[in-house]
Amino acid sequence: MQKITMKLNRRQALTLSAGAAFAVVAGIRTVPAYASAEDTEKRIMEFTGGKTPESGKLTLTAPEIAENGNTVPISVNVESAMTGDDMVESVIILAEGNPNPEVATFNFTAMSGSAAATTRMRLAKTQNVIAVAKMADGSVFMDKKEVKVTIGGCGG
Amino acid sequence: MATPKPRVKVPKTASAGEVIVLKTLISHDMESGQRKDKEGKVIPRQIINKFSCEFNGQPVFSCDLDPAISANPYFEFTAKVTESGTFKFTWVDDNGSTYSDEQKIDVK
Amino acid sequence: MKKISLAIAIAATAVSGLAFHASAEPVDEQLFIDGQEMISRAPAPEGHPFDEVLSGWLFREAETRAAEADSFANPGMLDVERGEEIWATVEGSAGKSCASCHNDAAETMKGVGARFPKWDADAKRPIDIELQIDKCRVDNMGAEAYKFDADEQKALTAYIKHQSLGMPVKLDLSEGEMQSWWDKGKDVYYTRTGQLNLSCASCHEASMGKYIRADHLSQGQVNGFPTYRFNTGGLVSIQNRFRGCIRDTRAEMPKAFSDELLALEVYVTWRGTGLSVETPAVRQ
Repeated sequence: MQKITMKLNRRQALTLSAGAAFAVVAGIRTVPAYASAEDTEKRIMEFTGGKTPESGKLTLTAPEIAENGNTVPISVNVESAMTGDDMVESVIILAEGNPNPEVATFNFTAMSGSAAATTRMRLAKTQNVIAVAKMADGSVFMDKKEVKVTIGGCGG
Repeated sequence: MATPKPRVKVPKTASAGEVIVLKTLISHDMESGQRKDKEGKVIPRQIINKFSCEFNGQPVFSCDLDPAISANPYFEFTAKVTESGTFKFTWVDDNGSTYSDEQKIDVK
Repeated sequence: MKKISLAIAIAATAVSGLAFHASAEPVDEQLFIDGQEMISRAPAPEGHPFDEVLSGWLFREAETRAAEADSFANPGMLDVERGEEIWATVEGSAGKSCASCHNDAAETMKGVGARFPKWDADAKRPIDIELQIDKCRVDNMGAEAYKFDADEQKALTAYIKHQSLGMPVKLDLSEGEMQSWWDKGKDVYYTRTGQLNLSCASCHEASMGKYIRADHLSQGQVNGFPTYRFNTGGLVSIQNRFRGCIRDTRAEMPKAFSDELLALEVYVTWRGTGLSVETPAVRQ
């Protein structure tokens, strides 16, 4: 929306804000509700059992710029021997700016051999993608990447 | 939507103790529950909500999926193999259906 | 509201000349699909406005390019597999499948995707793969023609074209009246349409390599169609892409397989002469 209004002249911008005012009065909801950083934080705390995650060990890989928000490849990789106490139990993926922060939870076992996984996710707009790893010894780690979601040419 | 069709990629052979890469893909719209139809009614959510991989009956990797996973869910992950056997892959749909595929590996 | 504001924004950017942003080169990389080398740059045929024809793959971001280079990571291959099933499925009153006459597509369909559209002497107009499938279904199988863009039509077309993966596109314009359809298609290509007053050439020739908002404009080649799009999570046919582009100029869309769009398919396919068939390509 910001990108769009940038390119409007004053009169068009006025027309638009009048339209927006109308939408509010008429109670029309034009923009879907998005999750917030607070919702995401809450979800992280649920996952870690109230523990604040440290940085390190976990690497989240995501493109800096996603060509299409409908399909964004992401990977997680946690340094771990995957035996005994040095085990990754699970990694949760969250997105701060989607309608709901939850994306996926990966569950690993000793037979995974490594705590590495890749999938493809949807991003409603430019936002932070967050990964949190829970280890068998109770420690938790986090990594965060901002992914810019671009607006397509004409069709969007 | 046609019946979801899984595809899996497992190496045919591996050496004992090797960590191998597995890839899976399944055709599925992953209807998020956020979209509306032409009449403005919300299209109900219908996604694959769980994916799991077992080797000779033992859990290797699993994933809980939310509607933010893209259509035609794709996973890449690893497995440590110590003996020959069969990988079993299972996808669980919101509608209760499960889809599965199996692949053998020869470990030397 | 969103639609309206978007339309204004597009019109505003077009009018103010801001639509096409800074130039950026296509990547200097070579496409290999599962290790098989694709021709993604080819010398242009005589009479072509460019010196070199370039695959749309070269204009995409690394993640999109990687998804096409690995046939397993390419979700369009799910449709190709679906096409393979349709190929062998009996339909219609004659009790035949495609395979009943054409046996193994890997042999009989090899090269087909590189040389269509071709001249159809019966219909006295060019025929593309979608129309050829319909012709077989109606005349030989006693089945109904597919509805435009039915999933089965896209899947079977992709399966047939995929049998020519890597083969260079080469049309035979000497057949029948192909040349005059090429001429007609060229007219369509350069005709500005819609409220935005854009022709195919405005974006894909004059502004090739530049950005339209955040989209890197390619030459608009069709050697990878039907193409898997991350945007829709499914295959997009050539005729659908043409209609979509025309819609985006805010013009009335011609019907799929109309003379206008069939001529355009002949001409645009020719513009990609020498490029490998990449079906199903992966795009954003």
